[in-house]
Amino acid sequence: MLEVDNLQCTRGDRHLFSGVGFTLSEGELLHLHGHNGSGKTTLMRTLCGLVAPTEGEVRWKGEPIRRQRDEFAAELLYLGHKNGLKDDLTGIENLLVACRMAGLAVREEQAWDVLERMGLRGHEDLPARVLSQGQQKRVALARLLLSRAPLWILDEPFVGLDVAAVALLEKVIADHVAAGGLVVLTTHQEVALTSGKVKKLRLGWKEEGHV
Amino acid sequence: MFSAFRTIVHRDLLLAMRRRSDVLTTLFFFVIVVSLFPLGIGPELETLRLIAPGVFWVAALLASMLALEKLFFVDYQDGALEQMLLAPQPLFILVLGKVFAHWLVTGLPLVLLSPLLGLQYDLPGEIIAVMMLTLLIGTPALGLIGSIGAALTLGIRGGGVLVSLLVLPLYIPVLIFGAGAVEAEASGLGGAGHLSMLGAILLLSILAAPLATAAALRISAE
Repeated sequence: MLEVDNLQCTRGDRHLFSGVGFTLSEGELLHLHGHNGSGKTTLMRTLCGLVAPTEGEVRWKGEPIRRQRDEFAAELLYLGHKNGLKDDLTGIENLLVACRMAGLAVREEQAWDVLERMGLRGHEDLPARVLSQGQQKRVALARLLLSRAPLWILDEPFVGLDVAAVALLEKVIADHVAAGGLVVLTTHQEVALTSGKVKKLRLGWKEEGHV
Repeated sequence: MFSAFRTIVHRDLLLAMRRRSDVLTTLFFFVIVVSLFPLGIGPELETLRLIAPGVFWVAALLASMLALEKLFFVDYQDGALEQMLLAPQPLFILVLGKVFAHWLVTGLPLVLLSPLLGLQYDLPGEIIAVMMLTLLIGTPALGLIGSIGAALTLGIRGGGVLVSLLVLPLYIPVLIFGAGAVEAEASGLGGAGHLSMLGAILLLSILAAPLATAAALRISAE
């Protein structure tokens, strides 16, 4: 499904990674790791098509992603470092806007349900700016529960979450993988991601990493 | 596609409602700049009537530029722009929605307020009507053209100054035909020609600017 071929990325004079290649098929999870500054975030942004690689290409279902931008975008859910939440909108409004932008028709009751499942009961209609870091992250992650996209690309999804939320998120990811979804994620925390096959890709260790 | 447009317009209007100070700054800037001239020049009705179109249009230009800074910057900072780039709708639709919402809160109020300000310049009713019409056609064009500059300078330090250098020269045709229409009407020549040119500029910018802005956003967000 997701094929990455000999990917190389340089930013200015800085060489980030090269020769990165892997394939990921249904029901597989790829754990990206590497030290700070090894290019994990850049690699993820390249996989999404936000950054154009210097060399190599990313293919989704056999087609290069830059030739099917809208189709690929409909099957992709990316959560980056920045939550993408609007400070002045409430949790519920943020979730609804995010889903509608992703082309999902979500009813308001559904959104309330999902935020409750994310442990935000009573905080749904507070503006995002008064929520704690962890709560903001939960609002952003609530999209996972509504998403129908097969490919999830998650950059440090566990950062700032408490134990209960980490467990919940692990379950959500595991369920997605078990249902045939694809996940690429980075994390510095030790989490037990057991379901499906876990692939590992290390960046910045030996210059390149093949899986 | 239309639902994406609606979503983004609705979202941006909601945000503007929650943060009214940003919107009011632009409006007050326009009001103050336009009001300064009669105070500075004195009650020479003949002179005031003569300079009114130019003053209104230059003030609208500067106000529109002042507002540009906010157009994409907050989205860029909080990551919402990334999500827009990854939305399954064509990016130019979302850009068009953003610029439209931006115009509703920063451009339309100027248009609606201009008759009141026109009284300071002793403008007759039909000239004020033409002035409103030119601003109604011209200010969305300013927003669209400006969005290209705002997208290009996103994330650059000192982007505000750079935006003015990039965008002000592109505003010149709008200024010429906008102020020109009012002047032509006032001198009895009829402003229809100028107005059609202004309309053509608006149509052209509706077609071309969102595409250019979308391409610029992809570069800036990388």
